[in-house]
Amino acid sequence: MSKKTGFLSSSIGKKFLMGLTGLFLISFLVIHVSLNSFIFFNDGGASFNAGADFMAHNPVIRILEIGLFAGLLLHIFQALLLTLENRKARPTPYEVVNGGANSSWYSRSMGVLGSLLLLFLVVHLGNFWVPTKIAVFSHEEHNTFASMKLVFAKWYFVAIYLVGVISLLYHLLHGFQSAFQSLGLNHKKYTPLIKKTGIWFSIIVCTLFAAMPVTMFLGIIK
Amino acid sequence: MEHGNMNLTLKVWKQKNKDSKGRFETYDAKGISPDMSFLEMFDVVNEQLISSGKEPIAFDHDCREGICGMCSMYINGRPHGPKGGVTTCQLHMRSFKNGDTIVVEPWRSAAFPVIKDLAVDRSSFDRIMSAGGFVSVNTGNAKDANNILIPKDDADTAFDAAACIGCGACVAACKNSSAMLFVSAKVSQLSLLPQGKVEKQDRVLNMVKQMDEEGFGNCTNTGACEAECPKSISLENIARMNREYLGASFTQNKA
Repeated sequence: MSKKTGFLSSSIGKKFLMGLTGLFLISFLVIHVSLNSFIFFNDGGASFNAGADFMAHNPVIRILEIGLFAGLLLHIFQALLLTLENRKARPTPYEVVNGGANSSWYSRSMGVLGSLLLLFLVVHLGNFWVPTKIAVFSHEEHNTFASMKLVFAKWYFVAIYLVGVISLLYHLLHGFQSAFQSLGLNHKKYTPLIKKTGIWFSIIVCTLFAAMPVTMFLGIIK
Repeated sequence: MEHGNMNLTLKVWKQKNKDSKGRFETYDAKGISPDMSFLEMFDVVNEQLISSGKEPIAFDHDCREGICGMCSMYINGRPHGPKGGVTTCQLHMRSFKNGDTIVVEPWRSAAFPVIKDLAVDRSSFDRIMSAGGFVSVNTGNAKDANNILIPKDDADTAFDAAACIGCGACVAACKNSSAMLFVSAKVSQLSLLPQGKVEKQDRVLNMVKQMDEEGFGNCTNTGACEAECPKSISLENIARMNREYLGASFTQNKA
């Protein structure tokens, strides 16, 4: 009963990697939302810019940034691979599917939500990450807070960011607890706690993120 | 709930064999008692079809009391119909209303090819079982019940997993047609008990390998399988299989 096994090419290995990269990306969200919340001090961006400057020049953060992009690409690559395999597993579709009777719509729409997030990320990186990089490489001072105000003065950017945040909310609502299940962590005592934490985490993080463009657009953050 | 006899319209998948293209056909089911089971309703329709010289609808069934796992109908978008915790044979016509149109399809999965109409080939499950769903050593006659002491919790959890009848509703319900709930139930029922524990690493590796080879999809933890399982097999089993697979992959002392 002994056969060679390729852990990462197996169905369980792939979802394991999906959960692991997902949790890694979640850990980044914690940093991202904490730092950006400095704008709520409403001190004209002084503390926020100091934080952003630290992040842009700290060598440890620079190395982690490469890891972050690697994790994101791996998460996307695995998702594509899994989706293609899953499509192949049901060549003839059902005529009638009553999915709502047995699962939540967002747990069945992780691919769509993830694709929306990716589209949002392209816009988002173009808005902030690219200008920051250009400034770092040309050794210029970059006022991230000022560029935030500039972007969030436009209603269509606020709308795009809200769609992005809502996609993130539902992606996290399923993804957070799903990652633990994929890693094999299901326990009578801890799973209810993980599920509750996941819901609160998603709501708090997404509310904070959504508040940033909205408060800037409305002129509450000056 | 209906009291008088009902008249229903059935939209049923008809397919000659594995290689032919199927299509839906509409049948009238007249004078159906609400006390009939879903399969008895099909018996009535088939008798009418036979007596009028038409071909009856092929469907799988055996025990008709929810333990054999043969009946496999995807009814109005849900495996085993609208009721939770029952198989198609345990579903009664009182769950429907007079005048309803009911759409009945076979399990849809690349690993479950249609044999004819509503009957699918589930031998992929048998091959997964052959890959490791057993205890290798013949233990002879039944021993005294208390010879090997097993904690009550372990016995109960193993028994809950062993309640799986292998009907395939988990695969049918899953948007990815993943067989993880079935395989994890079989892995769990054996690995939780001392007799099966000895081979648990080989078992999980080989059964998962066979599952992947059969062309089932990957789990995305939607929980549809657990919700539709007629035996209410828990998602905890999938997590147990995941960690056993992880452990076995990295610690198995074999080349």
